[in-house]
Amino acid sequence: MIKIFKNFTKKDKLAVLFCIVLVISQVWLELKMPEYMSEITRLVQTDDSTMKEILTSGAYMLLCALGSLVTAILVGYISSKLSANFSRNIRKKIFEKVENFGIAEIKKFSTSSLITRTTNDVTQLEMLISMGMQMLLKAPIMAVWAVIKIVGKSTQWSMLTATGVLILLITDIFIMLVVVPKFSKVQKLTDKINDVTRENLTGIRVIRAFNAEQFQEKRFNDVNKNLTDIQMFNQRVFSSLSPIMTFIMHFQTLGIYFIGAYLIYDAGLVDKINLFGDMVVFSSYGMQVIMSFLMLTIIFMLAPRSSVSAKRINEVLEEEISIKDGDFVGDTQEKGTVEFKNVSFKYPDADEYLLKNISFTVNKGETIAFIGSTGSGKSTLINLVPRLYDATDGEVLVDGVNVKEYKRENLNNKIGYIPQKAVMFTGTVESNVIYGDNGKEKASKDKIKKAIKVAQARDFVEKMTGKYSASISRGGTNISGGQKQRLAIARAIARDPEIYIFDDSFSALDYQTDVTLRKELKKYTKDATSMIVAQRIGTIINADKIVVLENGECVGMGTHKELLKNCEVYKEIALSQLSEEELKNA
Amino acid sequence: MPKAGGSGHGPMRTVEKSKDFKGSMIRLFKSLGKWQALLIVSLLLAIFSATLSTIAPNKLSSLSELITEGIRPNTKNIEKLSNEIFKNIMINSHMDTSSQKSNNKNNKENQKQYKEFIVNFNKLPDTQKELLLSDIEIDNVKVSKKNQIKYLETLSEMSNTKVTNKFLNKLDSMPKSIKKIITPKMNLKEIKKRALILAIIYLSSSIFMFIQGFIMATIANNFAKNLREKISKKINKLPLRYFDSHETGDILSRVTNDVDSVAQNMNQSFATLVSSLTLFFGSIIMMFITNWIMASTAILASIFGFAFSFVLLKRSQKYFKRRQKELGELNGHIEEIYSGHNVVKAYNGEKSALKEFDKINDRLYDCNRKSQFLSGIMQPIMIFIGNFGYVAVCVVGSLLVMNDKTTFGTIIAFMIYVRLFTSPLSQIAQALTGLQSTAAASERVFEFLDEEELTSEEDKCEVLDIKDAKGNIEFKNVKFGYNQDKLIIKNFSANIKSGQKVAIVGPTGAGKTTMVNLLMKFYDINKGDIIIDGKNAKDLTRENIHDLFVMVLQDTWLFNGSIKDNIKYNKENISDKEIWKACHTVGIDHFIKTLPDDINTQVGDNDSISQGQKQLITIARGMIEKAPFLILDEATSNVDTRTEELVQKAMDKLTEGKTSFIIAHRLSTIKNADLILVMEEGNIIEQGTHDELMKKKGFYEKLYNSQFEKIA
Repeated sequence: MIKIFKNFTKKDKLAVLFCIVLVISQVWLELKMPEYMSEITRLVQTDDSTMKEILTSGAYMLLCALGSLVTAILVGYISSKLSANFSRNIRKKIFEKVENFGIAEIKKFSTSSLITRTTNDVTQLEMLISMGMQMLLKAPIMAVWAVIKIVGKSTQWSMLTATGVLILLITDIFIMLVVVPKFSKVQKLTDKINDVTRENLTGIRVIRAFNAEQFQEKRFNDVNKNLTDIQMFNQRVFSSLSPIMTFIMHFQTLGIYFIGAYLIYDAGLVDKINLFGDMVVFSSYGMQVIMSFLMLTIIFMLAPRSSVSAKRINEVLEEEISIKDGDFVGDTQEKGTVEFKNVSFKYPDADEYLLKNISFTVNKGETIAFIGSTGSGKSTLINLVPRLYDATDGEVLVDGVNVKEYKRENLNNKIGYIPQKAVMFTGTVESNVIYGDNGKEKASKDKIKKAIKVAQARDFVEKMTGKYSASISRGGTNISGGQKQRLAIARAIARDPEIYIFDDSFSALDYQTDVTLRKELKKYTKDATSMIVAQRIGTIINADKIVVLENGECVGMGTHKELLKNCEVYKEIALSQLSEEELKNA
Repeated sequence: MPKAGGSGHGPMRTVEKSKDFKGSMIRLFKSLGKWQALLIVSLLLAIFSATLSTIAPNKLSSLSELITEGIRPNTKNIEKLSNEIFKNIMINSHMDTSSQKSNNKNNKENQKQYKEFIVNFNKLPDTQKELLLSDIEIDNVKVSKKNQIKYLETLSEMSNTKVTNKFLNKLDSMPKSIKKIITPKMNLKEIKKRALILAIIYLSSSIFMFIQGFIMATIANNFAKNLREKISKKINKLPLRYFDSHETGDILSRVTNDVDSVAQNMNQSFATLVSSLTLFFGSIIMMFITNWIMASTAILASIFGFAFSFVLLKRSQKYFKRRQKELGELNGHIEEIYSGHNVVKAYNGEKSALKEFDKINDRLYDCNRKSQFLSGIMQPIMIFIGNFGYVAVCVVGSLLVMNDKTTFGTIIAFMIYVRLFTSPLSQIAQALTGLQSTAAASERVFEFLDEEELTSEEDKCEVLDIKDAKGNIEFKNVKFGYNQDKLIIKNFSANIKSGQKVAIVGPTGAGKTTMVNLLMKFYDINKGDIIIDGKNAKDLTRENIHDLFVMVLQDTWLFNGSIKDNIKYNKENISDKEIWKACHTVGIDHFIKTLPDDINTQVGDNDSISQGQKQLITIARGMIEKAPFLILDEATSNVDTRTEELVQKAMDKLTEGKTSFIIAHRLSTIKNADLILVMEEGNIIEQGTHDELMKKKGFYEKLYNSQFEKIA
């Protein structure tokens, strides 16, 4: 929690200091007010006071009130600026950090968790800061100061106030102990009810096919009952909070008056009137003390949640980025070559290697394909080229230079990468195709059109309203998966890369589109090197080189025909997709 | 189609305006059912509690009046004592008292004379003084001559008999007997009584408030539970059409967010609104009853402040709305960039992403700051209004007290009234926005509950017992379209005999699930008939039809429960032995034995069960169900080769002896099928056996050959 506040700048700290000064003067002013109040009461009680005196005291009190208002506004202004600024900077820091993450780090946190860390968690802290500046600073100062002011006045009254505070604290502790732990349970049950409902929705066909509607409803009702019970308990306890608070406050006032009556009864004549004034003052100081403790309660309730948020944010900010940028920006002699030299890979914390000792070379204009079962490491392997991961051992060379030496931008300029799951950005068809920066000029309209045509996307793009400038909604939800994939391929084409990387990018396409697309692409980019990860034998059957992976190891390398002869694993995969006879025909 | 975006319904939703506030509230109240009476009781309690709170200051004022009475010295007795002494001196010195009496009318003159007289008297020696005085008895207290002498001595040092500190100081030094007469009488008995009444008022007000809150929590939570239950039931009553056109996230947010919002706001807003209104108007009424001049002062002093704070509230609302909007936008941008992280990096898109982020972030900062500032200073302003009212009341009150128009107790009462009167306004505003969100959220819930349900099946009289079913199915001129005006299956006829295999092929997105939808009666056909073993599907209940089919789909749907429960899904009287047998048949028994709790292992949060193994479990689930028809989606994506083989073997076993409809992905299935349905864009464009279709040289032939095509 404290760590996160190290993100405050010197200027921020000065602002906090200034706020403290302001709050102290605010407290001083607010505690001054009851003195004028008592003065007014005394004046009203005695006969020789003039209207002028009352008006003067009233004016002073108003002045205090106004001063307190002004300081409160100033504190509000500074704290809102401070907290908004803090959250803006933290948000930016997180965003920049995440942008620098490799896939490994993203996977570690999961995308959705990173999103909530950048938004909700930051908002949580922002709230704490803006409320904290107004309450956390004020409450203790007020409590201590007010206690000092009243402590000498009367033991009985002080005892009464202490009792009030004590009851308040006991209530707080009770709630902290009993209710707060249940909050996380409520969260879990809410998640569960979400899960069961999601389950019901996604499995709607299966549930109906099995006539299992009632079975699901029962599952839902069980969770529903648990959730309701626990929430009912929490809210019932909370519903006692407000009556207890008002009760304490009312009894505080009543008690002070009641005790006051006896004190006055016993006092000397002069003391009587003074005691009465004290009584009025005391009841308002006592109220201040109780209010301060109430404020502290609110903060204590807020603090655990915020500290969790702070921890989650710190985790992101402190995460060490495993992929460091290189500084090679020069030109390479070779073009379009990729070489793996004894490359091994494992996740930093993992024991087992995902890739073991892989070596191969692919030259300009060639196509290399990778095939293997899920978890065989083919996607990981191909991701080593654009440095989405870094090889643990061995070297990955692009154009004869180790990828770790390149400045990332320069490396990326050589590569056209198409991921398994096509990514679309809010914008237009065009903006999606020319996405990013390849160190050259932005692609011309003609080039975009050409890329879209090669990617077999022209037909549907021209059917869209607005054609090339048709809008793509967030996440590309207004086009189908296959269409997204084709636009993603067009994006790579428009980039004019030396090396294409297809990470299982064809599986969302049907056979026919797949075939035509690759044919057209071949025509368009004669000189470009292609690296393809695929599931279908049909997709890779004509590659210059096929690498067969199993459990991270290369168990075969060669052309389709060669592998059919000498690689058992390849043959097995091929046979699971095509019959023997068909394989021969092919 | 009401397709609400998922992102808009996150936890940071703005306060939505309801479409029909009154209607929704009435509907909400009606749907409370048996809780209606309790709600009214709870609201009445809120009113009680608030009313007691408004009466209390008045009582407190009378209590403080009693205390005040105990402060001011008994000036009447002082006068009485002075007069008695004077009288006695007159009598003892044989002076004529009658002239004095006539002089009594002129008070000022009298006082002056009296003072001179005392000054002169005090100059006499004590023995002479004593001769002139006699003992006096006032209020049963005897004042001796000695004490009278002392009294007169002290009195001479005073300028007048007005109550001032100096005067009081002198009084304190007076002899005991005199002090006894002039010390103010505090009616402790009455004070005790009043304090007790007040204590009872406060206590019962708090108790009412507690009971009210307790009841409200009970109602709100039970109501929420009820709503959730209704939604859950509703899900199973809606036609599939609904789910195909609505996002899962949207429905989910109705179950959780919206219901929570209804419950939360109901819990807080109703009672707060009622009690705040009572407090507000109650304190106005009580103020006017207590003292109308001061009441007007208090109200006038506050009106200006209220007007100002309402302007502020309106302004901050604007920024809050903008803030929600920007937050949503930022969320969207972040989501896009984070989830497209690999592309952003590989295409050097970081800079442009950051630029866009900064833009939104700056805008967010701006409205964040403003909204927080404006809402943050609301409270200080309210406090100031309270203080301002307080001073105004004190000043006006003092004026009135000085002119004997009211008592100090009234000021005390007003000090509380001013606070009572200013605090509920912001609460009323809050409660009203709360009610707005309740209405909006309940509208969304009710909208869902009002969706058209599946047609009733009470008129379905035919029953096809699973024991009598043989597995023949016939399509007669079936016409179907998801929209009434756009048919996608135009006149489909086929006769499928028991045990035959029908393969459905076509590119992705060609609408192969349409066939599943029609067979399972998830959708009703527009025209034509589907005859199952001689019985028209139209006359059979959906439940009956579902019993006749085993369905295994590509998405391996398992619920969060044990493997055992997932396999025997919704069927009773299935022994563990049968489950093991099914597992053995699909070849997953060895794997299950390696799990910590074998068939009792929980799926869902278990990473050790792979996608392929999950698929095998769904096949085992199909194995347990004995039915003549099978619908099977063969796709085995994301499955490694070894498992894939297992899955395929298991699938082949599953089809044995059943009339099967297979969404085909394997050439072997296609080639042996008794009937191949070729689909494109939802249509069945070709049908026949493999050989027939190859000869036709149509779409199928192209599709079939495309996988062997060479790239030039």
